[in-house]
Amino acid sequence: MITELGHFALILAFLVACVQAVVPMIGAHKRWPGWMAMAEPAANAQFMLTAVSFGALTYAFVTSDFSVALVVQNSHSLKPMIYKISGVWGNHEGSMLLWVLILTLFGAMAAWFGGNLPPTLKARVLAVQSSVAVAFFAFIIFTSNPFLRMSVPPFDGQDLNPLLQDPGLAFHPPFLYLGYVGLSLTFSFAVAALIEGRVDAAWGRWVRPWTLLAWLNLTIGIGLGSWWAYYELGWGGFWFWDPVENASFMPWLLAAALLHSAIVVEKRESLKSWTILLAIMAFGFSLIGTFIVRSGVITSVHAFANDPERGVFILMILGFFMGGALTLFAARASAMEAKGVFSLVSRESALVMNNILLAVSCFVVFIGTIWPLIAEMLFDRKLSVGPPFFDMAFTPFMVVLGAILPIGAMMPWKRADMGRTFRPLIPAFILAVSIGLLAFAIQTGRSALGPVGMFLGSWLVFGAMVDIWSRTGRGAFAGRLSRMTRLPRADWGKTVAHSGLGVTMLGISGLLAWQQEDIRVVQFNEPFEVAGFTLTLTDVQRIEGPNFISTMGWVDLAREGQAIATLNPEKRFYPVAQMPTTEAAIDIGFWRDVYVVIGDPQANGGWAVRTYYKPLANWIWGGAILMALGGMLSISDRRFRVAAGAAKRTPVSGVPAE
Amino acid sequence: MTRLALSLWLALAMLGPLAPFTATQALAVLPDEILADPALEARARELSRGLRCMVCRNESIDESNAELARDMRILVRERLTAGDSDQEVVEFIVDRYGEYALLKPTTGGANWLLWAAGPLMLLLGLGVGIGYLRTRQAAPELGAGSLSDEEKAKLSKILED
Repeated sequence: MITELGHFALILAFLVACVQAVVPMIGAHKRWPGWMAMAEPAANAQFMLTAVSFGALTYAFVTSDFSVALVVQNSHSLKPMIYKISGVWGNHEGSMLLWVLILTLFGAMAAWFGGNLPPTLKARVLAVQSSVAVAFFAFIIFTSNPFLRMSVPPFDGQDLNPLLQDPGLAFHPPFLYLGYVGLSLTFSFAVAALIEGRVDAAWGRWVRPWTLLAWLNLTIGIGLGSWWAYYELGWGGFWFWDPVENASFMPWLLAAALLHSAIVVEKRESLKSWTILLAIMAFGFSLIGTFIVRSGVITSVHAFANDPERGVFILMILGFFMGGALTLFAARASAMEAKGVFSLVSRESALVMNNILLAVSCFVVFIGTIWPLIAEMLFDRKLSVGPPFFDMAFTPFMVVLGAILPIGAMMPWKRADMGRTFRPLIPAFILAVSIGLLAFAIQTGRSALGPVGMFLGSWLVFGAMVDIWSRTGRGAFAGRLSRMTRLPRADWGKTVAHSGLGVTMLGISGLLAWQQEDIRVVQFNEPFEVAGFTLTLTDVQRIEGPNFISTMGWVDLAREGQAIATLNPEKRFYPVAQMPTTEAAIDIGFWRDVYVVIGDPQANGGWAVRTYYKPLANWIWGGAILMALGGMLSISDRRFRVAAGAAKRTPVSGVPAE
Repeated sequence: MTRLALSLWLALAMLGPLAPFTATQALAVLPDEILADPALEARARELSRGLRCMVCRNESIDESNAELARDMRILVRERLTAGDSDQEVVEFIVDRYGEYALLKPTTGGANWLLWAAGPLMLLLGLGVGIGYLRTRQAAPELGAGSLSDEEKAKLSKILED
């Protein structure tokens, strides 16, 4: 019954979306206030109906209702509750429902916080947003219905894929979707502005919090996925340049470019048409990512041919929205004349450079991702494009970006002087170069990766510190310090996010340059050394978990005779899904991780054990957290709240003059 | 395919053929494969990072647990022990398994386009960017004249910090 209610609510939401896509649009065109005002309640209704529908599906999973086909395929009565819930989105149909839930949530948020938008713009934004929703509701209802019943319900389910039964992964998709789908709102803003025929500073300010929100969620989502891979993978890899990863990384790069170019629109009324184009393309890449993942087209052309219905549907959605938006862009972009005037050396130019680097690096990732497909279709060559290509083709852009970022971030608007901008950065630069040289001096190999990475990372971190310090003006130290606490949150956001990028760069380069690996057969109670640590395997036992059987090892970790920890690496076997997983045991430290994996028993009585020494591993995700935190600080800046109309103006009376 | 990737595929609900990943989970490089000569072993590891496990989705033979990946790793080590150069080992693998086995695509044929795409796009971007910046340098400063007075007042109210 509840399942049918959920199904019905989904269909109702689809109908509401259809109406909301048309009526406010006509209303805005004809200036009929009643028709425009319809958008807001419709957006709320759409969200609530979708929430009811999602709730119904969740209820079916939580109660293990095995008359619902999706629950049978992805759940099991013995599974822990948290994975019953995460099972809702651990499959195609359920994840699409989560996708539209977030889509309608963003529509509703635009209605809640859009009080200050001109009524026509608001109506058009909500109508465009709703038209995207129409397409995805139709996709779910006609090709991927999650509410289908079984005619003969089985006694128990087939279990969720064991790899998905992990806290890191349980919450990875919702964040990723908040990012992907969040970009739909900037897309709606861009298309609405094109229909409206006007982009001004206020538009730049409205669109920026939404871009930030999408970007920071993408950051968290990608970070969680990467962290999960690191500890679950069995050898500590954190990024593989797989098509699905690239599908989430491309929108991230473009969203990062977009939130910077929107600053130029807001402050200087320039780069307008480029910003609109970026907003369209960022969502376009989200759709391309969805298409890549759902159609399986990159994996193999044949997989696509086997189940073309869903792939073709998403391709049609992609074609319609990108084709439509880009046509509109071609027709209207010339009307967006720029106003600001600035010299070749200026903050504006630095942000243009930032955008070029981010956009081109995104393009490189895109070409690398689809090249196997192009080569097969056009040149009849079956080839692979793997990590070695991306490492070589992508990394240089990040190196250049990191090198110029601290300088660009401190340039004044309109006209800058390179010497004067660089002067306060000299101490940071010297410090960063010394750290790079130090790394070069103490490392054993000749690799440039470590030293260059150390230089870039610390250059970014120290540069960000100099930047925020320079914002406090002149005068005594204490005065500047107290002024620093009163700086706008957006300034802090910038500093924190830029240092976060630096910390991530330090982590990636440190890990890749200096990690150590040890593979060996280990006998009980025979200590062995890895990177200065002493490890001893003392025991291996079979242990029963709630829905798995585990082979668990006991490994004592010590350094110079001092015991540090006992690690329990595991191999698990999930009988229902007939699938094994590896659970690495990690001693997490600020400077390094020690990472132990247990393998198979050997013929001579020992166990295969892999040990890794991973320097700076946690800095990778620490940096991602800082970047996301920077995004949050920026969103919470007062002027966005003022712009969004969500905050009351501070009362003028009763405030003593300073 | 690597397991992060697998997780993402699954997380994003592309429930494709799972057969390749359900193979027994062992460690990728097993202790008995390792060559006695550390220099030769290091070359073998480096080579296997660039070779694709043919039955996996997107995984090098160095990372893969599949049986075929193990066979390929052993093959690489056999060739190295027989005295082949790195180049000869790669050619041997390509002869046997095809270009698909290379994770780093060659620059031959149409592939030059793939490798040149980034630099060319960067040049294009820089060209357009600098062209744009030059027009901004020369352009006369426009007032907010295209707005009505009411709009101007509204705008300044909104922009006021």
